[in-house]
Parts: sequence; structure tokens; C-alpha cells
Amino acid sequence: MDFELTDEQKEIKKAAREFAEGEFTDIAMECDREEKFPRDVWKKACKLGFIGAYLPEEYGGGGLGLLDSLIIAEEFFRVDPGVGMIMATTFGSEFIFLLGKEEQKQKYLPPLITGETICAAAFTEPDAGSDVQGIQTTAVKDGDEWVLNGTKMFITNGTIADWMIVLAKSHPDAKKDAQRFTTFIVDCKSPGFSAEKIHGKMGIRASDTAEIVLSDVRVPKENIVGLPKMGFYNVMQFFDVTRIGVGAQAVGLAQGALEMAVKHAKERKVFGRPLIYNQGIQFKLAEMATRVEAARNLVYKAAALVDAMKPDAAMTSMAKWYAGETAVYVADESLQVHGGYGYIDEYPIERFYRSAKVLEIYEGSKEIEKMIIGRTIGGKY
Amino acid sequence: MVDIIVCVKRVPDTSEAEVIIKDDKRAIKDADLTFDINEWDNYAIEEAILKKEALGGKVTVIGVGGEEVNEVLRRCLAKGADEAIRLTDPAFDGSDGYAIAKILSAAIKDLQYDFVFTGAQAGDDSYGVTGQMLAEILGIPHATMVTKVDINNGTARIRRELEGGLEEVDEINKPAVFCIQTGLNEPRYVSIMGIRKVSKKEIPVKAAADIGISADEVGEVGSMVKLEEFSIPPAGELAEMIEGTPDEAAGKLAAILKEKGAF
Ligand SMILES: Cc1cc2nc3c(=O)[nH]c(=O)nc-3n(C[C@H](O)[C@H](O)[C@H](O)COP(=O)(O)OP(=O)(O)OC[C@H]3O[C@@H](n4cnc5c(N)ncnc54)[C@H](O)[C@@H]3O)c2cc1C
Repeated sequence: MDFELTDEQKEIKKAAREFAEGEFTDIAMECDREEKFPRDVWKKACKLGFIGAYLPEEYGGGGLGLLDSLIIAEEFFRVDPGVGMIMATTFGSEFIFLLGKEEQKQKYLPPLITGETICAAAFTEPDAGSDVQGIQTTAVKDGDEWVLNGTKMFITNGTIADWMIVLAKSHPDAKKDAQRFTTFIVDCKSPGFSAEKIHGKMGIRASDTAEIVLSDVRVPKENIVGLPKMGFYNVMQFFDVTRIGVGAQAVGLAQGALEMAVKHAKERKVFGRPLIYNQGIQFKLAEMATRVEAARNLVYKAAALVDAMKPDAAMTSMAKWYAGETAVYVADESLQVHGGYGYIDEYPIERFYRSAKVLEIYEGSKEIEKMIIGRTIGGKY
Repeated sequence: MVDIIVCVKRVPDTSEAEVIIKDDKRAIKDADLTFDINEWDNYAIEEAILKKEALGGKVTVIGVGGEEVNEVLRRCLAKGADEAIRLTDPAFDGSDGYAIAKILSAAIKDLQYDFVFTGAQAGDDSYGVTGQMLAEILGIPHATMVTKVDINNGTARIRRELEGGLEEVDEINKPAVFCIQTGLNEPRYVSIMGIRKVSKKEIPVKAAADIGISADEVGEVGSMVKLEEFSIPPAGELAEMIEGTPDEAAGKLAAILKEKGAF
């Protein structure tokens, strides 16, 4: 077993780090305050191949493994979680990559990589988040089309996306509850589609989040992804991969917060000596560093399993839960090390602190991750 | 068409790090330092790639040192350099700028080139001599502190930065060595496509014998400067750090200058 990154992975890491440090730092605060999506930086990142890098070269991607591409997400979040969310402009593409037909791949994937389009994935509704099967959006067949009605909540990229994956109840009478759903590709310009930006997020405010209303939106039957009735299973399969990405975001955020804490502890003098000379502070830093390393290893392992075509739902959930919790913990401790300065927006740690929490919520809250792990443990032992 | 050779060096980043001198005083502890391409070389490689993109031709990067130097050479390849060569030999250890210039010239003399770019200096030892000595040994002209390069039919019009805001413009025929100053372009980022494209590319290695240079011409014995020791200057007593927002800091500074009778 070798815990070293390959030379190429180190090069990717360095390239992503340089790009993020060069492009994110100056705009991070403004994007956060004004809830502004960093369009120019997203375009630049596309030009350099950072976006959709996991996609095969035949669709214009970098042909990287999942782990390689998560290194980019990690480095982006290390510099700024909000601007780092430009990585999520392809959130939903995994759906087509994993389950789509060849025509769908050729039509939808390349423009995401070149920066011509943005996508989204809409599962959550006002009355159903964790309980995915509780969704109420309906899809009714009408000739060669399906007609969608319903409301989707908290949808990342909702107002800036060109198309989105939508989960809807298509077969309400199916015998098995889990077989009542189908996933569709919905063109955001369709009549009856509307998106309203949700303001007032606590963190990752550079990322767009919206409420979507589908009112008699007509979708051609070619736009079904995967098989009809298999929507719920598709979503679970999708999350087995994308949740590791949230883990990588969390590791990056935690790493960034840790580095800020170390820097501040060296510079700040208390009682006549640098803060870091105090063992109480060293212990904090030690605990932060250890958890970051543990989280990183979980995330890398979960991703390596996917790259080896052996995705493991429990491993993914372990990585996602633990990394998310680590991000929240490390951001909190780092802010504590900053003292009063940490509470003022002159230092970026407050932005990290506010942004960390969502990592324990979206794409499966930590409780849901533990449910998945728990179920597997029951079967395993 | 223009063929350009760029000499690049891998240096530690000491800008924010705490520098600790080793016990023998002749080196700094570098285990915890991050290394990267010398800042000046980063501009030199960018300028060479820009010229190649505009005029066609080929860019070759050369570095001296162990396997760790590949990291810097690969970075140049990923940005668009066509070939890389690594010069390495135990005999090269301890070389000063002069010995490095001899090593580089031994490798370069057999290559096809119109111009050689080096950084104006290196961020670690700041000797600022290698490019000039390299030109001397190759028997070709050179220009230092180059801030602009225009190449037309084998003739370069270059601008040099002088003290006091003065600038000089020269015309130099190929072949020539230009020691590149920072700021003359905007170095590009490394792209994922670039990394992928060169991931399988081999970097050939040449030892002293391969480039026809003998052990006594290089390393410490072949050097003119012998490094005795590093030291960190004692902290000044008189320095006062002015803190605050730019507006506040300017106000405080003005007040001090006024108090000291500067106005
Ligand atoms: C910034 C942001 C971006 C988002 N982006 C997207 C997106 O792009 N697409 C999308 O579809 N959704 C998105 N979401 C929605 C997100 O995935 C949901 O908020 C999340 O799944 C939780 O669902 P919920 O909010 O309905 O909470 P609920 O499901 O109501 O859960 C409330 C709390 O109860 C806990 N809980 C629920 N069930 C159980 C149980 N059985 N046992 C114990 N505890 C339980 C949960 O963990 C949670 O802590 C986003 C959310 C945010 C905040």
C-alpha cells in the first residue's frame, strides 16, 4: 500500500493550488458579501481544464480519475469554499456520465467542460430532503412527452443552470415504493420552468441556490436518464460518487482553516511570546491536523475504490460524514485560535466557519450518512 | 521560426518560511520548505513559449540537479515547452554560478538554438551571473535585465531596465543570451490538458561525460566562489512596523515624517 500521490497527482494539486491562490483570493470576500457567482473565474477554470476534469477525453474532459479530480476540489476549497463551488457547475453531469445514453453524453457533457453551459441536479423539495422517496413532483406521460409539475428546493446553480436533472414521481402505482420515480433532463428554458434565487445563505454565498417551480414543463421522452422507474436507485448510485466530492470539499476547507490557525498562532504574541508556544494551542493544532489527515485518507480511499470500479456506499458515507464534521470542527477551532480577529471579516476564517456547516447537510446530512453506514454494518457483522 | 533554450532552476520558497541555517553554516534546512521554479525563470519560460506561439519553432528547457528538478522541467513542458533535458552528476554538487555556466554551456553548445533565456537572477543565492558567464563561455552576446523581447528574422530588439527609471533599447543578432527580468509578461497557469499531454514524456538525463565536461571543471573544485557561511542579520532596533488599513498607515507615516521634520 502506497499513501503517496503520483507525480501527476502532485502536478494537478500544484496547478489547482496556484490557480486558486492567483484567482480566488481577491474576489472571495466580494462574492461572499454580494452572493455573486464568479463567472469570469469559472470560465478561466474551464479553459485550464479544471472543470469536469473527471470526464473522459472523448467528451473534452481531462480523463482524470475521480481521486485526481477531487484533488482539484480540495485545493479550490482550501483557498475559498464559496468561489471553490465553481467546481459544482458540473453537479449533475455525473448522472449522465454514469447512467446516460451515448447521445446524451455527447450532447450534454462537452459544453460543461468548455464553459458554455452549467448544470444542476434537483431532488430536494420543500417537504422532502433526506426522505428522497417523499418527493411530490409528478411526471405524467403524454404521447412522446412527459409533463412535470412540482417544486424543488435549495437547488445549487438553480438560476444559472442551462439544464438540470430532475427526480419526479412517474409511476405512483408501482408496487415497490422505490420504483415510483424517474429522472429527467430538463431544459431550463422550457416553458413553465422558473427559478428564484434564494438569498441569505450562511456560507458558500458565491454559489447560486434556488427554488425551482415546474409548471406543466414538457420533457421529450429521450430526456429520461437511465431507465423509467429506476430514478430512486439512480439517485443513490449518483450520490455514492458525488458525496465523496463533498468530502473533498470538506478536507480542503479544513486544510485551509488549519493553515490559517498555524499562521496566526505563529504571528500573534500573547503574554510576551508567540501564541503557538503554548501547549494548549499546540494541542488544538495537533488535533486539527490529525483529523484533517484522517478525513483526507477516508476521502482518498473512497475515491480510489470508485476509480478501481469498486464503489462502496458505506465507505463513501464514512468519508462524507467524517470529513464534513472535521471541516466544522477545524473551522471552529481555527476561529478560536484567531480570537477576536477571527470574528471580523478582515480575516477569511469567518467565511470558512460559515461555509463549513453546509458540508454536514447537503448531499446527505450526516445523520443520513450514519444510517447508510449503520445498515451496512448490520449486514457485515 | 525561433528555437529558444531556457535554463531553469528549482529553488526553495523562503518568502514566508522561517529560515534555519544548518550546523555547518553552509546550507539552510530545507526539509520543511516548499520548492518551485525560480521566479525569474518562470517569466523566461513564459516569454520563450509566447515567442514560439507567435513565430513557430521550439522551446527546450534545461535544468541542473537531481530527480527533484524534473518537477520544474515537467511544469515547463506542461505549459508548452517542447523538450526538457536534465543535467545531473555527483561531480556537479557544490557548483557556483561559474561552474553551472560551464555545465550549461557544455550541454547547449551541441544544441540547435537561436536564443538562450535565463532568469536575471535566482531567488535563492541571488548571484545574478550565470546567464552572463554562459554567454561568455559560448562566445555569444548577452543582455541583462531584459524587460521586453521582440524577435524579427533572427534579430532581437530588446528593452533593458536601468536604474533610476531609465530604459535602454538594443538590437542584438542571434545567437544571444537574454537574462530575463520579472514582470515582462504574465506567466500562465499550468492546465490539466498540459499536464496530461506531457505525462508520459521522458526527460533525458545527461551526466558530465555525456556533455564532455570533466569533473575538475565543475563542482567545488571548478568554482571560483567558495561559500563560507550563511548568517541571519541581527534584528534591527530602529525599525518600526506601521500597521492598520492603507489609509491609517499612510496617516501614521505622514505624522511621523512631520514630527521628524521631513516636510
Ligand atoms: C446550500 C445548499 C445547497 C443544496 N443543493 C442541493 C442541490 O443542488 N440539489 C438538491 O436536490 N438538494 C440540494 N440541497 C438540499 C439538501 O440536500 C437537503 O437540505 C438535505 O438533503 C437535507 O434535507 P432537508 O433540508 O429536507 O432536511 P430534513 O430531511 O428535513 O432533515 C432535518 C434534520 O433531520 C435529520 N434527519 C432526517 N431524517 C432522519 C432520520 N431518519 N433519523 C435521524 N435524523 C434524521 C437530518 O439529518 C437533518 O439534520 C442543498 C441544500 C443547501 C443548504
